[in-house]
Amino acid sequence: MSIDRDTVLRIARLSRIAMEEDALAPMADELNGILAWVEQLDEVDTEGVEPMTGAIAAALPQREDSAEDGASTDDLLANAPDADDGFFVVPRVVE
Amino acid sequence: MSAPGYRIQGREGEWEIAVGLEVHAQVISEAKLFSSAPTAFGAEPNSQVSLVDAAMPGMLPVINRHCVAQAVRTGLALEAEINLTSVFDRKNYFYPDLPPGYQISQYSRPIVGRGRVVLDLEDGAQRTVGITRLHLEMDAGKSIHDRRADATCVDLNRAGVALMEIVSEPDIRSPEEAGLYLRKLRSILRYIGTCDGNMEQGSLRADVNVSVRRPGGALGTRCEVKNLNSVRFVMKAIEVEAARQVELLEDGGAVELETRLFDPDRGVTRSMRSKEEAHDYRYFPDPDLLPLTLDPAWVDAERARLPELPDVRKARFMADHGLSAYDAGVLVAARGIADLFDEVADERDAKRVANFIMGPLFGALNRAGIDNEDCPVPADALAALIDRMADGTVSNQGASTVIQTVVSTGRDVDAIIEEKGLRQVSDAGAIEALVEQVIADNPDKVADYRDGKTKLAGWFVGQVMKASGGKANPRAVNEALRARLDG
Repeated sequence: MSIDRDTVLRIARLSRIAMEEDALAPMADELNGILAWVEQLDEVDTEGVEPMTGAIAAALPQREDSAEDGASTDDLLANAPDADDGFFVVPRVVE
Repeated sequence: MSAPGYRIQGREGEWEIAVGLEVHAQVISEAKLFSSAPTAFGAEPNSQVSLVDAAMPGMLPVINRHCVAQAVRTGLALEAEINLTSVFDRKNYFYPDLPPGYQISQYSRPIVGRGRVVLDLEDGAQRTVGITRLHLEMDAGKSIHDRRADATCVDLNRAGVALMEIVSEPDIRSPEEAGLYLRKLRSILRYIGTCDGNMEQGSLRADVNVSVRRPGGALGTRCEVKNLNSVRFVMKAIEVEAARQVELLEDGGAVELETRLFDPDRGVTRSMRSKEEAHDYRYFPDPDLLPLTLDPAWVDAERARLPELPDVRKARFMADHGLSAYDAGVLVAARGIADLFDEVADERDAKRVANFIMGPLFGALNRAGIDNEDCPVPADALAALIDRMADGTVSNQGASTVIQTVVSTGRDVDAIIEEKGLRQVSDAGAIEALVEQVIADNPDKVADYRDGKTKLAGWFVGQVMKASGGKANPRAVNEALRARLDG
């Protein structure tokens, strides 16, 4: 697997990260280095082994269906850069 | 018309359509899928939001056991495979009403696999629509764009509420079948109490995948029409989107895989092309959540706890009460109505009960703007009214008036009959007196009748009914008249 400059640009856009033009190629190199390092794992024979998504051998903890939480609207909005009548206010997202 | 016959008439021959639905059904629960904030509809903005829903740093999701059970029950009711191990994934995208920057959903390992929904077509035939999968996911918040001209307002009350996404196979072959599918699915969800099915409040929303092909040919490229919030819009959107694709193809164009929006005012679909880049969701397993494992014994217990489902109930109504497939299908669609029929039809003339429910009662509910599902008429009231019709206390016409008042006021049937003066006169003496009067007033008509113009019988009945102020029992009038005129 190899990452080129355009892929870096696309991933950055999807992640809403601004990247300078001259930072793209070095980033591609860095990411390729990381991937190559991780690819060492391919040397292990995993035929017939279930993919592992976590290291904890435990059941998923579950909660009861009880409505007992909910921050106060004021607390919730306390850190918001802008709020209006109980709503978060953000830059307009439709034209 | 039976659905496999649905064809679009193009300039160069016929086309058929293949449609699949993705339905988002809000799970009935007190609390959200991964937090303990409440789920009630219509609360003040941002008043039902936990710090988990707002994605404050360090907050971790803990799954709501009841929401898991609701998804499993729904899967069982759809005769689907229940996956004893399923995984939650992050679906990544940026939007102001999605505070974490990802939606927790299920991608490669959903909680429910293949199932089916059986449709009852109008001609009595049945068609099976395959269910591909059902997965659990959290809802986003709500962005409000029309409140301020310069900004978008965000309400996170809905953020984190549990949704079931129910995906069908592209087995649907007409707009009518899509409507039947959605209604049947809604009916099943309501029977088992896992979703209230309220499309106006957004508890049930549908995306449709539409493609067209030459009859019997390979599936064409599909377009997805998103966010349809009524059965009517679903049907209309399929119709216009299929027509658009046929025109495009016949003009030598190609259908592009894309997401479109339905504009109900103009009756067209339009492209959401600008959002295409956002559709790379980069799913990966959510490291905050372990795989969800279910105990097979618990799944079997849930299966045993399911109520009688619409299809089974329909078959029982047909077998036990001799109803037609159509009538039985109409009666079972709303569980409240089916319960009502069950209670009242027992030991009464089931056909009479069925006809009264589907006629006057549905009419009264419709006039009052009440969904059949929410029918407020108690079984004892309907039973009393059916009995009053059977013993001649009220006419069919009178009973229709009574049921309207029961629906709008909930008052006692007998009190309404008395108050509105709807009690029929069945007393032989009183009716004979009216008959004598009408005969005495119309000697020429009597002569005509006796000369062979027997069609006048109806006219005489009408005159006596009129003289009684509409209160005479028509059958008693008929008998008294015949006895007097023919005797």
